[in-house]
Amino acid sequence: MQDFFGIDAQLSEEERAVRDSIRRFVDERVLPIIGDHYVQGKFPKEIIPEMAELGVFGANLPEEYGCAGLNNVAYGLIMQELERGDSGVRSFASVQGALAMYPIFAFGSEGQKRHWLPKMATGEIIGCFGLTEPDFGSNPGGMITMAKEQKDGSWILNGSKMWITNGSTAQIAIVWAKTNGDPEEKSIRGFVVPSATKGFTARDQKGKLSLRASDTSELVFSDVHLPPDALLPESGGLKSPLMCLTQARYGISWGVIGAAMACFEEALSYAKNRVMFGRPIGGFQIQQDRLADMLTEIVKAQLVSLHLGRMKDEGTYTPQQVSLAKRNNVNMATDIARECRRLLGAVGILAEYGAMRHMANLESVYTYEGTHDVHSLVLGQALTGLNAFK
Amino acid sequence: MKIAVCVKRTPDSESRFKIGSGGAAIDETGIKFDMDDFASYAVEVGLQINEKQGPGETVVLAVGPDAVQETLRKAMSMGADRAVQLRTDSTPFDGMAVARALAAELKAGGFDLILFGKHAFDTGAGIVGTAVAAILDLPCVTAASQLEIAGGKGSARRELEGAGELVEFPLPAVVTIDEGIARPRYPSLKGIMAAKKKPLETKPAQLGAVRVQAKAMALPPERPAGRIIGQGAAAVPELVKLLQNEAKVL
Repeated sequence: MQDFFGIDAQLSEEERAVRDSIRRFVDERVLPIIGDHYVQGKFPKEIIPEMAELGVFGANLPEEYGCAGLNNVAYGLIMQELERGDSGVRSFASVQGALAMYPIFAFGSEGQKRHWLPKMATGEIIGCFGLTEPDFGSNPGGMITMAKEQKDGSWILNGSKMWITNGSTAQIAIVWAKTNGDPEEKSIRGFVVPSATKGFTARDQKGKLSLRASDTSELVFSDVHLPPDALLPESGGLKSPLMCLTQARYGISWGVIGAAMACFEEALSYAKNRVMFGRPIGGFQIQQDRLADMLTEIVKAQLVSLHLGRMKDEGTYTPQQVSLAKRNNVNMATDIARECRRLLGAVGILAEYGAMRHMANLESVYTYEGTHDVHSLVLGQALTGLNAFK
Repeated sequence: MKIAVCVKRTPDSESRFKIGSGGAAIDETGIKFDMDDFASYAVEVGLQINEKQGPGETVVLAVGPDAVQETLRKAMSMGADRAVQLRTDSTPFDGMAVARALAAELKAGGFDLILFGKHAFDTGAGIVGTAVAAILDLPCVTAASQLEIAGGKGSARRELEGAGELVEFPLPAVVTIDEGIARPRYPSLKGIMAAKKKPLETKPAQLGAVRVQAKAMALPPERPAGRIIGQGAAAVPELVKLLQNEAKVL
């Protein structure tokens, strides 16, 4: 998409190089196949080794653990380009990096970091993140999954998790559970649970009309026996999984810009070429107004995420600022995908075009990682000091 | 092996071009530049040969202003070991001058193989590689679509109209690379980070006399509007007549 607002000049050479490399990968490897995979309801697993080779997984984590050690703006640009392909592809990378590798990096022992992170960076081990439960989505603190410590320091895990991206593909799950019968949020700890452990089952959720090129699963733990070193020792309380979500939401604020860019480019090209009433439809004021609104909203979202990324690199950003960016940008992309679908007319309902796929995907993105409404309440609390959740 | 790859920075071929105010070059405002496609094939070929042959060195060179450093770093992010910028104030149009500058640098470099793209997208001249070979008095193969190196010798395939041609040559040699020979690898994120730490040397370019200059540039004339000459079978004789006499395509 045209750099209308000169934002490229605000990026370093290295940030642009990262973006351009992932952009080419998505153009050549993802876009030609994604429509078919979406229709068939399959994640394109064949691209995992190439994504790993590029260094996409946990790209903003340190080099000493086999990661690329990029800054957060470069990481955001990776998310943008992946989601220009498909939200499912971006979700795969988000979950692997921000929700599976990050908690090991942030809450794991040195031994756990050295054991898991390099293998996850190379894609040899795929991870998922088990927080949400069938009855506890926006209210994860109410979770009922429970881990009980045994006399020898090992753990017995029981419960279930739902809406877990990569759940059936993953070799390990980062599972959040309350501990030792304590129903309070503060008892929540994180565990690294290999999917091959006895008592662990993962089943794909069927019938999705959104994120069809992504695995979404239900995880069930029935007396899953875990060794002492399955516990992430530095995790403690609901704050730990929420810190992971802040990482992932940051990436989402960038990712959805990619989905919006893809829809916008497609709509602009169609508007210039589709002739109706003897002229390209792009010559009609109603479409020009649509395109002008979309361009403006994309530019605003780019500036929001770029500024947020710079603050993240400086260590000055807050989770509430991430809420603002996630809420604004996902809403922006959802609106743009729908408007582009409408601009495309009848062909806009075909899988050959991206707009309706993105439109359907973005309904999930609007809902996951803190729904739009939950982020409204986070901002409401930040503004008024009054907590709407309690 | 010690391999040199000479690369050029050119505008993205999908850009929409306008002629600049001087009238002799494009307006670079808002145009994205990148490594020329043919040069990127040459870099890929150089890297693959050294990966296959064992320990070696792949050096990338470019003539031009400081903006070419980005292109050189891209080659290093793909895997080249080091880079040399032969600095000029602007990208020289005269291919012979560019060849002189490169040859002066390559002469004492002890390279077994010197690779170029077969031509660059922006000028399409194809002068520099062959001129470097001439200046250095090295064997030269142009537009190679395959390249093998074994036992101190090279063999290459060249595509002719409806046929292929296999050629053999001793090393050191200059080879210019055609498209389709190898898919340039994606610069990996680690590669991009590593490229920042690889050596990039800058020297003044010894262009000598620059004798050829672009004087003016013209875009193709706009196509005239189509016209409808009739409908159905009745219009066919007139259509055939116009295709023969006016369009001259039949």
